[in-house]
Amino acid sequence: MIARLISSLLLVLLLATPLRAEMLRMAVTTSFANSGLADILLPEIARDTGIELQLLIVGTGQALRLGAAGDVDAVLVHSREAEEAFIAQGHATHRREIMYNDFIIVGPRHDPAHVAGAGSAAEAFARIARAGAPFVSRGDDSGTHRAELSIWSRAGVTPSGAWYRATGQGMGAALNTASGMGAYILTDRASWLNFSNRADLVLLVQGDPALFNQYAFLPVNPARHPHVRAQEAALVEAWLTGPRARELIDGYRLHGQQLFHFNATPMVTK
Amino acid sequence: MVTNLLPLRITDLELRRAGRRILGPISLTLEGRGITVVLGPNGSGKTSLLRAMHGLERLSAGRIDWACGEAVARARQAFVFQTPILMRRSVLDCIAYPLVLDGVGRRAARAAARAMADSVGLTGVALDAPASVLSGGERQKMALARALIRQPQILFLDEPCANLDNASTREIETVLLRESARGVRIVMSTHNVGQARRLADEIVFLFAGRLHEAAPAREFFAGPATPEARAHIAGDLPT
Amino acid sequence: MNDIVSGLTQAVRLIATLDANLVEISLRSLQVTLSATVIASALGLPLGAWLAVSRFRLRRVVIATLNALMGLPPVVVGLIVYVMLSRSGPLGVLGLLFTPTAMIIAQVIIITPIIASIAHQAIRELWADYHDLLISLHTTRAQRVATLLWDSRRALLTASLAGFGRAIGEVGAIMIVGGNIDHATRVLTTAIALETAKGDFAMALALGFVLIGLALAINLALHVLSGTERGSRW
Ligand SMILES: Nc1ncnc2c1ncn2[C@@H]1O[C@H](COP(=O)(O)OP(=O)(O)O)[C@@H](O)[C@H]1O
Ligand SMILES: [Mg+2]
Repeated sequence: MIARLISSLLLVLLLATPLRAEMLRMAVTTSFANSGLADILLPEIARDTGIELQLLIVGTGQALRLGAAGDVDAVLVHSREAEEAFIAQGHATHRREIMYNDFIIVGPRHDPAHVAGAGSAAEAFARIARAGAPFVSRGDDSGTHRAELSIWSRAGVTPSGAWYRATGQGMGAALNTASGMGAYILTDRASWLNFSNRADLVLLVQGDPALFNQYAFLPVNPARHPHVRAQEAALVEAWLTGPRARELIDGYRLHGQQLFHFNATPMVTK
Repeated sequence: MVTNLLPLRITDLELRRAGRRILGPISLTLEGRGITVVLGPNGSGKTSLLRAMHGLERLSAGRIDWACGEAVARARQAFVFQTPILMRRSVLDCIAYPLVLDGVGRRAARAAARAMADSVGLTGVALDAPASVLSGGERQKMALARALIRQPQILFLDEPCANLDNASTREIETVLLRESARGVRIVMSTHNVGQARRLADEIVFLFAGRLHEAAPAREFFAGPATPEARAHIAGDLPT
Repeated sequence: MNDIVSGLTQAVRLIATLDANLVEISLRSLQVTLSATVIASALGLPLGAWLAVSRFRLRRVVIATLNALMGLPPVVVGLIVYVMLSRSGPLGVLGLLFTPTAMIIAQVIIITPIIASIAHQAIRELWADYHDLLISLHTTRAQRVATLLWDSRRALLTASLAGFGRAIGEVGAIMIVGGNIDHATRVLTTAIALETAKGDFAMALALGFVLIGLALAINLALHVLSGTERGSRW
């Protein structure tokens, strides 16, 4: 009786294994995935190119490591220095800029460090440090984390002390922590707009060009990893730099706000 | 039927457990046919001796030799334990189990088990019910049927009627006499003198782990060799 | 409290409308976990039985190892499987990382010790009961293992279900080796982690309730199908 049960179960499981179409595995950053833009782009890419895009949602650091190990076929990240090092080490053939979005600084409504009036992101960070107001950092080597560190260095502050809390987690978890503590935090706009557990947090600083956040597409080098799907990567790259992508990216709205600005140069066929 | 299995020679057998000698030294030869009854009071070593003969006990000293060698002998004997071992199966499947081990198909094995249940008087019982629903007497009959189903040449029984009422005791004794008449060599233990008188062709009398006497039943009851044996037959309590 | 209520309502709504996403990730949860449970049972149950009937020098070491493995943090298992299956790892050529197969492998490693250990306990007790009978009937080692497995099948069902319960609620390891890819390796637990990360506690709770319901339904179904309640005297 149990034997019959198990064998029929196995049969069901075998039949349930789906057939795979053409596929491209891409590591993308949390901020991109959380924006909801992926949900718009993926079906369109599948329809236009026949390629099913599988997204691994990780921090920039891990995305690049996945690419270096050959575990993904391409990465879509936002940390220029790291990307250039990645290419220099031969992990990718090139980087292609696709679009940018922006970071914002959010914090408690009563704003104890008075950052709302600060002229720049660096000035806002300097005020937070001076006030010793709680600040939550991703602390996870993500693109957002790297952007945060570059603002600290611009502000001339080495953040440390009880007020500076590194969570080592994704954007959502870090936002949860900040809302729980009533702390300041640097976040991408999309994650913020999608975040529903805001409690006392409000948007305080935006618009400084230092907060702009450039996304680039990097196909993993097939010379390094012969198994990567280079052809599919090229097709997706062409699509992402094309007119349909421009229309969808610039047209995407979250809670009535434009998140991404398309700035790719169309691919020249080699 | 018992051609090359016997004699069974026991030489200087000793069992020591927990630093204490519980049996022996015993030297004894079993041969021929009929029913051998190992008689003795509780704790005298009857169970230990039967289990040793059947190969269930590690010997501390001495040897047990079958005429045909250990491997052949083991395949032709069966053991009925004092407390029947119930499997988590139906009565019928418990009885059929040894045949299933031998590779007999389930259908044929169950048919044979049904016939065997009948022949040991396990009637009026739902054979498809779990074995655990059986009463004490029925459990013994089940165990007996399971032991007989491989048609062993030697059958060991350890106090098969220890906790049974008279009717059940009688039924089991009838089966044993019948099997003995068919040529099955029976070696059984009991502390019950009456049962020994009714069944035994030969008596092995144990007392405090020692072999006091091994003799034809008539001889033993006519003139027991030791005072302990005499007292046991008379039903006296040891002083 | 508010989140719990809205989580419950959302769960009801998702189930009532047979939300396509919910159905997909629930089915994948079942596929991965049931496969892992079947494989881990096929390995763990005979291992437990074999450990019960065998006497060899390293037996205690093996049993101690099993018990230690039961407490192994799933994240560690996930990391090890990840490193093995990564393209730059020893089994990279198989291309299994970020597939349901990788998740099944991780879960098998996590629950096999649990299933083997519980099976070992149950079978050891039965072996104590059956020992004399099975020796007397001069059974082979394989026959003993087979008999003990069959006759303790209800206890073994419990062992397998314990493994199933551990696997279906597991998130750390399968997040690492599966990658939580939408439409490919996303299952209930990783979806819950994702919704929690997004701060959508109501959705996360809704999925959590579905997970609990699913685990309950599977347990009940298996118990009914195997007639555990009927054969209570066995
Ligand atoms: N494994 C054992 N360890 C210690 N003592 C034992 C063991 N087995 C039997 N004995 C002792 O050996 C004696 C004989 O036991 P047994 O053969 O069962 O006697 P009987 O069957 O005649 O009642 C008893 O005193 C019993 O307590
Ligand atoms: Mg006894």
